[in-house]
Amino acid sequence: MTTTPTRDAQPPADTTSSDAAASSQADVSAEIEAIAEKYQRDATDRPETQPRLDYPPYRSSILRHPTKDLHHTDPEAIETVAPCFGHQDVDVLESDLTIQHGGEPIGERMVVTGRVLDGDGRPVANQLVEIWQANAAGRYIHKRDQHHAPVDPNFTGVGRALTGPDGSYRFTTIKPGPYPWRNHGNAWRPAHIHFSLFGTAFTQRMITQMYFPGDPLFALDPIYQAIVDQQARDRLVATYDHEVTQHEWNTGYRWDIVLTGSHSTPMEREDDQ
Amino acid sequence: MTTSPLPPTPGQTIGPFYGYALPYDDGQHLVPPGRADAVRLIGRVLDGRGAPVPDAMLEIWQADAAGRIVREAGSLHRDGHTFTGWGRAATDNTGRYSFTTVRPGASRHGRLPFIAMTVFARGLLNRLFTRVYLPAPESALAGEPLLASLPPERRGTLVAEDDGSALHFDVHLQGDRETVFLTYPGHAP
Repeated sequence: MTTTPTRDAQPPADTTSSDAAASSQADVSAEIEAIAEKYQRDATDRPETQPRLDYPPYRSSILRHPTKDLHHTDPEAIETVAPCFGHQDVDVLESDLTIQHGGEPIGERMVVTGRVLDGDGRPVANQLVEIWQANAAGRYIHKRDQHHAPVDPNFTGVGRALTGPDGSYRFTTIKPGPYPWRNHGNAWRPAHIHFSLFGTAFTQRMITQMYFPGDPLFALDPIYQAIVDQQARDRLVATYDHEVTQHEWNTGYRWDIVLTGSHSTPMEREDDQ
Repeated sequence: MTTSPLPPTPGQTIGPFYGYALPYDDGQHLVPPGRADAVRLIGRVLDGRGAPVPDAMLEIWQADAAGRIVREAGSLHRDGHTFTGWGRAATDNTGRYSFTTVRPGASRHGRLPFIAMTVFARGLLNRLFTRVYLPAPESALAGEPLLASLPPERRGTLVAEDDGSALHFDVHLQGDRETVFLTYPGHAP
């Protein structure tokens, strides 16, 4: 499409960059551990639920996090409602990432399904969910991704869906592979799918990443570990669900998303009906 | 605000590779650029050293020119005349972004109009919220509750400048001119 964000992926071994491999995994792991230990030591009755914005083990965050406290404010009218999307925006076929090309993509076909809820457990209905991900080999279609893994001509890795009346979404896709990046030497991201979510209020807007159970890279990854509370981190990990798995066709994962922030007023919800 | 019974799902960075997935044709054009009342909202996203952030993405959400909050679908496939109030723009290699929109009217009598903005970037571990107020006399700015609650030297980070051809608004993620970013009731750390 139109933009060219810079890449984080590993360059060929014969090139170097200023930020490449400045630290080892052992260095970064020690930093991660020190922050986690301090969090344990200072534990309060209000566990953290979101990632730290200031998390030096993720090197790119160092110059990109605000240093002043976020300013508390009450939402104004525009912030208590969210943009609307409809079937003119999203085709039902966009939720199947395995049928976007002439052939079948390579990899483990799987279904990811779940519900989008607000903090009171109410479903977020008719709302946009966008996902993007690497292919089975850990390669993104993005032109700046130079990871030496094959592009799959039958897989783009982009999907969209509208939630149902019960807040449910369902994507058919291929299980993404882990991939290397340049945060430090021999850095690898755990396999993940990026999720972009809207709520019923502007203040509920969120982008996050869904992970897979038991990934051996969890402990090593400064993006995942930037959520310093273990229970909070666990909320990004999907559950394998054999009820979603289908005979001789796909494996299945379930992942519910709970949005935060202000809720719209009852009157605004009636308008949505 | 009481605590929510369900703990919220954590956010994560948008990462570097959203460029082929999230931006879309005319995402930044809330109204067609040629429309008589169209105004450009332009600026840069900058890091703590003042360097451009070439892999940021901004979204805006606003009332129409009359201050009316519209509830119209069609932001992803614009039909050329329906104003949906929502747009998305990625920064370019020089950290610049550009929207074409209308100046929002005030949604409440006596209050200053603003454009609500969300900021995403590689290196930014969770989204940030801010407001882009339209230029107004100092006395009016000082009377707006949010702006009045800020130290005077930070107030300006939330107010666009109008040079006659466009509204200018830079997002400073960090540093002396760091933009004021907002948190709302119900948001947890």
